[in-house]
Amino acid sequence: MRTLEVVEPGPAALVEDLGRPGYAHLGVPPSGALDVPALRLANRLVGNDDGCAGIESLLGGLVLRARSSCTVAVTGPPVRVTVDGRPAGSHLPIHLRPEQVLEIAAPQTGLRCYLAVSGGIAADAELGSRSRDVLSGIGPQPLKAGDVLPLGEPQGIPTGEDELAARRPPAELVVPVLLGPRHDWFAEPAQQLAVAWTVTPESNRVGLRLDGTPLRRSKDGELPSEGLVTGAIQVPPSGLPVVFLADHPTTGGYPVIGVVAPRSLPALAQARPGTTVRFRPQA
Amino acid sequence: MRWLPYGPDAVLVECDSLGEMSAVRATVTAARLPDVVEVVPGARTVLVVGRPGTSALQQARKAVEAADLEHPPGADPREVELPVTYDGEDLRLVAETAGISVEEVVQLHTGAEYTVAFTGFAPGFAYLTGLPEPLRQSRLDTPRTRVPAGSVGLAGEFTGVYPRSSPGGWRLLGHTETVLFDPRAERPALLAPGDRVRFRSVR
Repeated sequence: MRTLEVVEPGPAALVEDLGRPGYAHLGVPPSGALDVPALRLANRLVGNDDGCAGIESLLGGLVLRARSSCTVAVTGPPVRVTVDGRPAGSHLPIHLRPEQVLEIAAPQTGLRCYLAVSGGIAADAELGSRSRDVLSGIGPQPLKAGDVLPLGEPQGIPTGEDELAARRPPAELVVPVLLGPRHDWFAEPAQQLAVAWTVTPESNRVGLRLDGTPLRRSKDGELPSEGLVTGAIQVPPSGLPVVFLADHPTTGGYPVIGVVAPRSLPALAQARPGTTVRFRPQA
Repeated sequence: MRWLPYGPDAVLVECDSLGEMSAVRATVTAARLPDVVEVVPGARTVLVVGRPGTSALQQARKAVEAADLEHPPGADPREVELPVTYDGEDLRLVAETAGISVEEVVQLHTGAEYTVAFTGFAPGFAYLTGLPEPLRQSRLDTPRTRVPAGSVGLAGEFTGVYPRSSPGGWRLLGHTETVLFDPRAERPALLAPGDRVRFRSVR
């Protein structure tokens, strides 16, 4: 079997595909790559189906050794990628011969790079997906030095560079929000949301935690547990909102004031601590 | 019943009772709408998530409005019996709060039939309704930092089993050896919404 060896995982390297939607009624989060377009692009560049599992690398530092001939591609924020120490480029297919070593440096902007490999990573699937869910502990273990990753059968021909260079994330994110379902639990919810929020270092794959002027409730009391979606802005008693990402709990008891536009999720997943987020609420 | 908007691809159906919630959940699930991605029951709500760009949410609403919610589709509920050793740390506290003996707590808990209303908190954690009135008690004032897997507890109107060890504030009655969640099993969660559950004392 073709394999790929992990030499160094960097701060965090997780196997992710498009997740396991459809099991929320059993308490299982959707999970999957946070920056879905980046994983799809990486897969396309190496000739894979969109749903193949790749590696989500947090802040780079990922070093891999090819143990078989394979094609890889790295996407996400612009990042320095080397093969045996020589620059190889990101956002394009790279062919690796056995024993060649690929290294992804730390990106200067953004958080998460995606590596796809021809055939995809063939770790064991759980509930139909190879995604690591950090909330539930479902899916392949976080990668560590010495891991040998099995690869699937190559499916197609690498398609070459089909998108211009990576986007650089803007210094300030403007995020459209649809109010509801519980905006009526807040005084002037639109006005309160439409200010500058700052991404905090407590953010992770479960949610983006924001700092700013705490949101004031107009209604006290508790909400019986209700379902949550990716992108839901939940407001705990502190008044500081959390934007739920792919590994979010399936139900919760704090009011959800609104939901971010799904097209904003990839940028939110790349937002570093300190990034300013401005919500643009619409009814 | 209220239909609350929940982003572009979901709707939250707010119901007047747990019974109505269960009927809505059963109706939408039984309709097997191909573009409905998730049907997530809560304590008083049903979250319906549709595939983006489809009419899944309208179809779900139509199915609910056309249904007789007094007689929801049964979908052949599974019956599960869980053997429990009643040796929980809070058994005495539960008995004192209810003003009955420990033996009576066990009799009440094993005598009732429960229904899985919804899940959450952790994969396979099912909130079971049908708890006899004297056992409807508040959470612990101070949650435990670690509750072992298999612990059987109660809180408010619910009883349930911790599928794996985690922090938790439910009053603990005992424990079961039964595996509640295995992500590699064909049926990963032993308990799904609508299932009927009984507890049997094994001591």
